[in-house]
Amino acid sequence: MLKVLKSGLFTTVQDVGRYGYLNKGVPVSGYMDSFSAKKVNMLMENDDDAAVIEITMTGPTLEFCNESYICLGGAVISATLNNKPIQNYTVLKVGRGDILSYGKLKKGFRSYLAIKGGFLSPRILGSRSFFTSVTAKDHLSDRMEIPYDTHTLFEPKITEIKIDSFLDKTVLEVSKGPEYEMLDDKQLEVLFSKEFHISNENNRMAYQLVEQLSGHKVTMLTSATLPGTVQFTPSGRLIILMKDGQTTGGYPRVLQLSDASISLLAQKKFGDVISFRLI
Amino acid sequence: MSAYKISIRPFGIHSILVEWPARVEETILEDILQFSQHLSQNCLKDEKWEMVLAYNSLTLIHREKPIAFESFKNTLLSWYDAERDETIRQKILWRLPVCYDLEFGIDLKAVSEYSGLSIEEIIEKHTEKRYTVYGIGFLPGFMYLGGIPEVLEIPRKSLPRPKVLKGAVGLAGKQTGVYPQDSPGGWNIIGNCSVPMFDPKKEAPCFVNIGDKVQFYAIERAEYDLHKIEGEVGIYKVEKIMLDA
Repeated sequence: MLKVLKSGLFTTVQDVGRYGYLNKGVPVSGYMDSFSAKKVNMLMENDDDAAVIEITMTGPTLEFCNESYICLGGAVISATLNNKPIQNYTVLKVGRGDILSYGKLKKGFRSYLAIKGGFLSPRILGSRSFFTSVTAKDHLSDRMEIPYDTHTLFEPKITEIKIDSFLDKTVLEVSKGPEYEMLDDKQLEVLFSKEFHISNENNRMAYQLVEQLSGHKVTMLTSATLPGTVQFTPSGRLIILMKDGQTTGGYPRVLQLSDASISLLAQKKFGDVISFRLI
Repeated sequence: MSAYKISIRPFGIHSILVEWPARVEETILEDILQFSQHLSQNCLKDEKWEMVLAYNSLTLIHREKPIAFESFKNTLLSWYDAERDETIRQKILWRLPVCYDLEFGIDLKAVSEYSGLSIEEIIEKHTEKRYTVYGIGFLPGFMYLGGIPEVLEIPRKSLPRPKVLKGAVGLAGKQTGVYPQDSPGGWNIIGNCSVPMFDPKKEAPCFVNIGDKVQFYAIERAEYDLHKIEGEVGIYKVEKIMLDA
C-alpha cells in the first residue's frame, strides 16, 4: 500500500489508457508523456500497461507500506527518499515506512513514479487511469491509499539509464489536420514562423496558446477529435487537445501533433514557448 | 452499393477520416452506420481499431499501428463501393423520463418568453418528437440529438453557467440533449432526466447507440425522486422499444 501524506498539486494514477469507449464519448486518458512513462516502466521491467503515478509540478509526499522497487522519470524535480536525494531513471529499493518527497521543479512539468508490477488502483472500463465521471477520484487526495504488490527479490537487468533529455526541445512536429486547407497564407505564415506561449489554461484535457491567428467563419458538423488535435476557434485561438480531451468537437482541426510531440507538450507549463514544424 | 461520394483524408498517423456530404440527414447517418458495421464485422476485426461516428463522418483509429494512407484509402474505397449485403439494422427507441418542474427547468421561463409558447406547450413540443442520436461525445454519454421542432430552436446562452447539474435537459440551436454529469454549459435548461446516461459501473456504460431514437416523456417530482434512488443503487430500467425497420 502507498499512503498519500500530501497529495501535491495534481497527482493521478495513469496507465496506457482506456480503449474501446471513444464511441461513448470516453477519452483515452493515460499518461500524458508516454515517452517518459514507458521508460520508467521499462526499467521496472513492467508492461507498458502498468499504472504509474503522474505528478504535476508540485510533487506529493508518499509513504511506502511494503517492500518494492521504484523508479522516477519525466520532469526533473528534486526528490528525496528518507531525506536522501535520488535521481531520475534509477531503480531503487523501498522498504516499509520509507518516505518519498518532492521539492523544487527544475525542468519539465510532469514527473512519473513507477513501481514494480504497477500501482493497483481499481481498473474501470479496462483502465486504471483516473478520469472524472469514470473513476471514483480524479486526483489523489491526502490520506488516500493505493495498493501495490510486495516485491523483495527483483534484480533489474538495467539499474539506471541516461536519457538524452528532450525537455529543452520546443518544436512540435505536426501533420496537416483534416481542415488544414482552410488556412490562408497569412494564417499559415504566423502558424509556422512565430513562437507561441502556453496559456494558463492548460491541463490534461487541453493546452490553449496565448498568441492567436486571425479569426475565421468556417463552420463544420461535429466530428472526431484525438489527443494532439489542434483546434482553431472562430476567434482565432488555438487549442491543443490532450489525453483527457473530448472525443468530438465542432472547431476546425488544422494540425495534428505526432505522438512524440504530445509527450513534449505534456512537459510544458504556463509561459513556456513552443513552435510548430510540419512533417 | 455506393450511395454517396465519400472523401477520405489522413488524420495524424494512427487515424483516417471518412466523410459523407456535410448534411444532417438520417439517410446519410444510416449509410455510415451500415458501412461501419460492415467494416467491424468483415474488414477491420482487430480489436485495436476504434471508430468514432458523428453526423457525416466516420473516423477510424488504430491504437498502435501507423496507417499507410494512400493504400488504406484505396482499400477503404473499394470496400465502400463493393456489393454489400444490406443488413437490416434493428432500430431502438429509448423513452427517457424528464421532470420539467421549475426547480430543474431553470430556463423554462426564458424559453417561454423567447418562443412565445407557454411552459405546458414547451413540454408538449419537447416530448412529441422522436429525436435521432447523431453522435456521442463532448462528455462521456453526451448525445447529440437532432430533429427538434423549429419553435424550440433557442440560441445558446451568451454566458455559459459554471455548473449545470447532472441530468439537465437543454436546448441550444437545432439541438437538445442531456448533461450526463455536472459540467459547465451554455444550453437553456428546461428539465432534468432521472436516469443516468453514463454509468461506469455497467459493462455497457452508456445504453444508447448512435443511430438510436430518443423520446422524452414528462414525469412528476415523486416519480423523479424514486428513479434517482434506483439510479444510485443501479437498478433503474430504461424503457426500450424495438421499432420496425
